[in-house]
Amino acid sequence: MKFTLSWLKDHLDAEASLETISETLTRIGLEVEGIEDKAASLKPYVVAHVLSAEQHPNADRLRVCSVDAGDGRPVQVVCGAPNARAGMKTVFAPPGTYVPGKNITLSVGNIRGVESLGMLCSGAELGLGEESDGILDLPEDAPTGQPYAVYAKLDDPVIEINLTPNRPDCTAIHGIARDLAATGLGSLKRPTQPPVRGEGDCHVSVTLDFEPVDQGLCPYFTLRLVRGVRNGPSPDWMQARLRAIGLRPINALVDITNYLTFDRGRPLHVFDAAKVQGGLVVRRARDGEGLKALDGKTYALTSDTVIIADANGVESIGGIIGGEASGCDAGTVDVLIESALWDPVNIAQSGRRLGIITDARYRFERGVDPTYTLPGLDLATRLVLEICGGTPSQPLIVGEPPATERVIDFPWTETRRLAGIELSRAEMKVTLEALGFHVVGTGDRVKVLTPSWRPDVEGKADLVEEIIRIAGLDRIEPKPLPRIEAAVGKPVLTVMQKRTRLAKRALASRGLVEAVTWSFIPHDDAVLFGGGGTDLALANPIAADLSDMRPSLVPGLLRAGQRNADRGSADVALFEVGQCFATDQPEGQTIRAAAIRRGSASHAGAGRHWDGRTVTVDAFDAKADALALLASFGIPTGGLQIVAGGPDWLHPGRSGTLQFGPKNPVGYFGEVHPRVMKALDLKGQLVAFEITLDAVPLPKHRPTKVKPALALSDFQAISRDFAFVVSRDVAAGDMVKAAQAAERKLIAGIDVFDVYEGVGIPDGSKSVAIAVRLQPVERTLTDAEIEAVTARIVAEVGRKTGATLRS
Amino acid sequence: MTDLDTLEADLLRQVAEASDEPTLDAVRVAALGKKGSVSELLKTLGAMTPDERKARGPLINGLRDRVQGAIGTRRDALAEAALSARLAAERIDVTLPVREAPEARGRIHPISQVMDEITAIFADMGFSVAEGPDIETDDYNFTALNFPPGHPAREMHDTFFLAPDRNGQRKVLRTHTSPVQIRTMRSHEPPIRVICPGRTYRHDSDQTHTPMFHQVEGLVIDKAANIANLKWVLEEFCRTFFEVEAVKMRFRPSFFPFTEPSAEVDIQCSRKGGEIRFGEGTDWLEILGCGMVHPNVLRNCGLDPDSVQGFAFGVGIDRIAMLKYGMPDLRPFFEADVRWLDHYGFRPLDIPSLVAGLTG
Repeated sequence: MKFTLSWLKDHLDAEASLETISETLTRIGLEVEGIEDKAASLKPYVVAHVLSAEQHPNADRLRVCSVDAGDGRPVQVVCGAPNARAGMKTVFAPPGTYVPGKNITLSVGNIRGVESLGMLCSGAELGLGEESDGILDLPEDAPTGQPYAVYAKLDDPVIEINLTPNRPDCTAIHGIARDLAATGLGSLKRPTQPPVRGEGDCHVSVTLDFEPVDQGLCPYFTLRLVRGVRNGPSPDWMQARLRAIGLRPINALVDITNYLTFDRGRPLHVFDAAKVQGGLVVRRARDGEGLKALDGKTYALTSDTVIIADANGVESIGGIIGGEASGCDAGTVDVLIESALWDPVNIAQSGRRLGIITDARYRFERGVDPTYTLPGLDLATRLVLEICGGTPSQPLIVGEPPATERVIDFPWTETRRLAGIELSRAEMKVTLEALGFHVVGTGDRVKVLTPSWRPDVEGKADLVEEIIRIAGLDRIEPKPLPRIEAAVGKPVLTVMQKRTRLAKRALASRGLVEAVTWSFIPHDDAVLFGGGGTDLALANPIAADLSDMRPSLVPGLLRAGQRNADRGSADVALFEVGQCFATDQPEGQTIRAAAIRRGSASHAGAGRHWDGRTVTVDAFDAKADALALLASFGIPTGGLQIVAGGPDWLHPGRSGTLQFGPKNPVGYFGEVHPRVMKALDLKGQLVAFEITLDAVPLPKHRPTKVKPALALSDFQAISRDFAFVVSRDVAAGDMVKAAQAAERKLIAGIDVFDVYEGVGIPDGSKSVAIAVRLQPVERTLTDAEIEAVTARIVAEVGRKTGATLRS
Repeated sequence: MTDLDTLEADLLRQVAEASDEPTLDAVRVAALGKKGSVSELLKTLGAMTPDERKARGPLINGLRDRVQGAIGTRRDALAEAALSARLAAERIDVTLPVREAPEARGRIHPISQVMDEITAIFADMGFSVAEGPDIETDDYNFTALNFPPGHPAREMHDTFFLAPDRNGQRKVLRTHTSPVQIRTMRSHEPPIRVICPGRTYRHDSDQTHTPMFHQVEGLVIDKAANIANLKWVLEEFCRTFFEVEAVKMRFRPSFFPFTEPSAEVDIQCSRKGGEIRFGEGTDWLEILGCGMVHPNVLRNCGLDPDSVQGFAFGVGIDRIAMLKYGMPDLRPFFEADVRWLDHYGFRPLDIPSLVAGLTG
């Protein structure tokens, strides 16, 4: 919302400076976004008299001018404008002046051997209007030495406020003035407006043609005919104000409607009466109808939109934009002025659907003051009579304004209750009344009647806002928020929240770098990772490759890895902990942790090192990351099983599934499947893991924090090595499990310390060596007992896996 | 000079001349071994008369002790020399690099770090952490938050929609973390003190907007919480978060459908040479929106606005991360460029706490 200072002062009797007004606006919730003060920015530019203009001795196209800038001492200026001539009035800027149109600051110049002490300026150089091929050519009577901004009436500062959608009253400059006046900064001017005395009836009939349920679409419509107008350009003062706020003057009748749209927040429409055939009907559009609107575009209409039609068809989209066919132009003699009321929700929906943004729509969708419909028509009529002459008819009034007044039962203590500030009743009452509320009653509770221009004020909290907004939020002193319990704070994080945090720190501690990638990924990527369903596709993605909610973190990380590789960082180790989506329901959202390692980015480090050879990452790097993550949660991992194979995006022979029982997989690790590599155009060696944190079992609740007693044996542990030959298909994990099963009591640990295939081992077989640590509990083991245990281990491993001791 | 003196001189010379352990041992055996020259002399004592023994005994035993002592001393000296020689040979180039520790290479994203900082501060003020889904219903994201259908306020949010379901309802990607307010109030009895950090989405993309960003919502509901308390909470938060002695804040009345009264909050700062500093200067920077929870929102959650009340606020996590740590542009937050992450990220063990300080 833009307005000028002088325009504001039409409504506000105040001496306050621009700065004070600006600060006050922001303080009361009408945030000033910017102030354009040409009087300040164009201050050095003055009207100048060109005393002489001689040919430049060294340049055909330049002239050496002697210029009087008002102080009586001629200044020499070299000028290249073709229209520079002796005797003309133009605009001069001395050295040191910033030239907005050229983004330079002038200095004393020497142009082809002639000194130049300033510049004669074009409008474009001042940042005003279009490029032209000459300097400003002012009338002879322009006073030499006067600041140009003052002379050209550009010295009215333009204020732009960021208006929140709840304040339709401040789409009117009058409303802004009312708010300012309430702060005590000045007083609101309320010129008396006697109704216009019309002669005769408005000859055009108006029908509100709606089903009963639709009456609210246009409850109130007023119209007046003014005959015999002269529709020339509007007066300079009106044009200057419209231009200042960015509107293009068109003709007096149209300019008057635009002017009142801003002045009073009352959008109006004018029809050229000669172009209207028969009566006006206000109704829903019929499918197939259309309108060529005043913006030059043609709109196809549906029954969702409310229009004004005559015998020729649609003439206007109600409350949004008028039609070209019935618009007013220089030839208009009889004008119909419309001041009507439209349904905010319907206007918003129609405007959005049609893609039309107008000052009228902006106001009607926020809520225009219903009671000002007829006064608005009268004010418009008066301006038309003043500017264009003519004879007005009586107004035609159809329907009636809906009741707007609300009565709010308001205890004065509400301000203290919600805002925590003690204000006097007198102050609160003065504020409310200055804003147009009526306060009825005198006790602790009063009735507050809302003004017709404040549809946003519905209840007590709104009144508190009005009171403290004008009082100033800075008057509220901060007060500590008391603790719920006066006690040391309790832990606040849930298990999942702790896991999410821990997961990040645990993975970063392994040299992985945390990425945050988009929650939406390309559709094809989503499909590759088990997603891509229609329920998780965005209807309006911001880009074609950000279209589907991600089913997994891995595709985003893989693509990020490739981008880094393309930039020269080949060996990247990235992780992310974040949400993934299986359905559009809250339960379908899980928190996962995933990591990728690319090239040689192992836990030990990436790249070549003098200490050893460079190795590329393999599935075990990903497995180690996954297990480290689970270990960081501090839950018993005894029930964790690792089985071969994983989802389709992993290499079938070089991947594993982490599960707590066959029905509870928690994640996967391995090499990325070559097909996925190809589909995503990925290069290099890539391994990945992903764990769904929600699926990992919760820790058992324990009644005390006491750790289980530590049982240390006094007897020496012994270790026995076994080298088995076994089919290469047998999993080492199964052999370890079999060995463990052979002796429940004594075995304290089993390590796989060698796996070998090759010379000395039959084809199709491998050698797996394990070290079994036996921990006697009651007494030192005898040789015979040790022999017995080792024999049982060999037998059990052999029975379960077909392994034999390597001879 | 007696024969003993001669023998002693000879043996001591041999000891002194022995240049390594084997030579010294040979000298020892030759002197003190079973058949050694000194051992042979000792054997002669048995055949002597008591008087002879009395005279010769101390001489021969003295000889043996001195030779033995000399050998021991010499052995120590040789061992010392041998160790010195070994140590002299055992040299490594300590300037060779070791691999950088994983803990030094790993990084925590600034968003995670700042979320941890925010959590630490609000946990101290008694707030819990609540969460909600990213894919929301229209009701939770808008209607329950007092955005009536068709209201222009909905236009302020550039919403991402999912495809309509069987009933023609289309879910949205939450445009703010405020739906978690509703979820919290509908599932918990007051008093409520929660923050709700999370991902949010708007159909917007330029230098200062990304289609995905992060917010933290705060919600306090009890029987007395008011704007004075809200101001205190936010001032304490900003002062602690930005790690300055004091911040000057400006509360400007504003509009959010789900709060009434509503305010936007600016924080005073200086901008010198592209660096933003808080607690000084004359510029104002908008950092958050807040207000008293709207009576309609309370009603929508089954609460009576005349008996309970409270406030809510929402802060852009990415935004305050940028302000605190000086990232000039939002977009790289989501590009996963390891150069950016290495520079702006945090070490894994830099865990923010109020005990040790938010930043190390």
